Amino acid sequence: MAKKSDDHDEMKQCSGTAGFWEERGVSRRDFLKFCTAMSAALALPVSLAPKIAEALESDSRPSVIWLEFQSCTGDTEALLRAANPTVGEIVLDVLSVDYAETIMAAAGYQAEEAKHKTMKERGGKYIAIVEGSIPTGANGAYCCIGGKSALEIAREVCGGAMATITVGTCASYGGIPAAAPNPTGAMGVKDAVPGATVINLPGCPVNTDNLVATVVHLLTFGKLPAVDGKGRPQFAYGKRIHDNCERRPHFDAGQYVEAWGDQAHRKGHCLYKMGCKGPETFHNCPSQRYNEKTAWPVSAGHGCAGCSEPYFWDSMTPLYKRLPNVPGFGIETTADTIGLGLAAATAAAFGVHGVVSAFRKGDESEGAKEE
Amino acid sequence: MADHKACLYEKYVWEVPVRVTHWVNMLSIVVLAVTGIIIGSPRTLGLSGSDYVMGWVRFVHFTAAYAFAVSVAARIWWMFRGNRYARWREFFPVISSGGRARLWETFKYYTFLNKKAPHEVGHNAVAASAYSLVFLLYIVMALTGFSLYAEHRPGSLMHVVMTPLYTLFSNQGMRLTHHMVMWLLIGFVINHIYSIWLMDIKERGGVVSSIFSGYKAVQRKE
Ligand code: HEM
Ligand code: HEM
Repeated sequence: MAKKSDDHDEMKQCSGTAGFWEERGVSRRDFLKFCTAMSAALALPVSLAPKIAEALESDSRPSVIWLEFQSCTGDTEALLRAANPTVGEIVLDVLSVDYAETIMAAAGYQAEEAKHKTMKERGGKYIAIVEGSIPTGANGAYCCIGGKSALEIAREVCGGAMATITVGTCASYGGIPAAAPNPTGAMGVKDAVPGATVINLPGCPVNTDNLVATVVHLLTFGKLPAVDGKGRPQFAYGKRIHDNCERRPHFDAGQYVEAWGDQAHRKGHCLYKMGCKGPETFHNCPSQRYNEKTAWPVSAGHGCAGCSEPYFWDSMTPLYKRLPNVPGFGIETTADTIGLGLAAATAAAFGVHGVVSAFRKGDESEGAKEE
Repeated sequence: MADHKACLYEKYVWEVPVRVTHWVNMLSIVVLAVTGIIIGSPRTLGLSGSDYVMGWVRFVHFTAAYAFAVSVAARIWWMFRGNRYARWREFFPVISSGGRARLWETFKYYTFLNKKAPHEVGHNAVAASAYSLVFLLYIVMALTGFSLYAEHRPGSLMHVVMTPLYTLFSNQGMRLTHHMVMWLLIGFVINHIYSIWLMDIKERGGVVSSIFSGYKAVQRKE
């Protein structure tokens, strides 16, 4: 206890004027804890925590334009529906969100005006956040806002932004709207606006903690964090789910759930055979989890659906089978049935060939000649 | 026939690298297929959470995988260093008109259209063409296998080297390919062992023992 109050005094000493956070119900201590947690989330040395704190306390509030296209608003929901406000949400409060259809008070011309004002006054300095995929079919007619197609809006807004953060798989790679046969010609922001500076935060929905960490990185260092080959920040998508999974020991041990609700399922064994796509998917779900770190699909007893990989709806299905169906064969035919059939057919064919050969008379061979 | 036999002699055809890589490949493929099938559809063999059954199966798969990859690489290198029966040209009879003729004759023999069994110093033309496909399958297995393997450490050298494969394949597509090609190889092996048996009987060149000893019975040039 005594130790704790000492710590507190120390914190106070270095706190300076922290009115902003305290006004919003965040103690200095919680704020610094948040900054340290962020440095850990971003895989930065803890010594950088003060730098993060400094960046978050500065007066410059970068403008944000939050665009929503073909989406279910799930990413906005993920951000807004948290049970109690977290420091992360308040960080997003630090941003001046000038345009966000779901939450802004303004509507119609007023709203569009706010957007244009930001783009004009803060050109190259605002952050664009995009939710939902961009339909490119039929000249963009599938999604129009204020008389403009999503594609036009994205070109305009993302093209002029300091950086674009795509939240969710739809904005990153087209997601479910882009699933075969992709009737609207949906695609992610980077494909639709190749010139824009984009960082992808796929997931269904985006993990709010990763969004906050990305924003914090941007505010602290003035640039986006390092990305992998699919445009995703390495701090959040740099490891495979399977390799960080809490059920991994059961995979290595050889203990698998064979049917929903069986003994192994109740004991929390590995979901590999139930079609879990953890071995295919890169995301920090096992460590960050969702809903204030309470849970994620595998902890709740359901396999990973691979939602943060491009085209997951086409490539990760069937969701409850480990391997995809073999193209051209029936749904119930697994790769192994086909393989066994192939082996049996080969054996049968050569068996017959062998019988015929054995009874055939008059075959002759000259013997190999040396050239 | 008898007069041919009079001037037969033992010719050294398969050099050491050809034979060694053949058997290393065979052994590793058997191990890889057995462990691979277990990886593909494991049974619950672990009794407690601190067992390591799948861990060991995968360890054996990856160890055999390295042996296999080194052996295949060595054999491919030997395609540019070895004798004419080991050279890369041997595997593509289609590129020369003589080769195409041999291919056709051998094909006719296999389909009972003529009775003259091929007898060649090196691989017969049909077998050689099949082996070129098998080497392609070897390469597909090694590439998809090491791409899957490297995913435990994104950003590592192996992962970076495999970058083109991650664009070419979806992750699931890579797994399915790795899985299906195993069945193609199993199909080949059934065919291969049968054909070796058939040819050993029909051409009487001692082909089965040749892959152990390196020597085949060949007629001396007159
Ligand atoms: C002829 C050679 C090989 C055969 C027959 C073979 C067979 C298999 C099979 C059937 C699977 C299960 C696939 C699935 O259903 O997901 C598998 C998995 C795998 N194989 Fe191979 N394999 C071979 C070579 C290799 C090589 C050269 C490597 C290179 C390291 C490799 C690495 C892997 C990996 C990483 C997995 C996935 C393991 C996991 O996710 O736990 N394999 N193999
Ligand atoms: C996994 C199993 C096997 C595979 C994948 C395999 C594959 C191959 C390949 C690729 C070659 C061409 C070798 C080269 O030029 O480098 C070859 C040749 C040969 N293999 Fe196998 N092999 C297997 C098992 C066996 C077994 C069990 C036998 C014998 C009992 C055998 C007998 C031979 C013989 C005699 C040759 C040379 C004959 C010729 O085609 O001219 N193989 N094999």
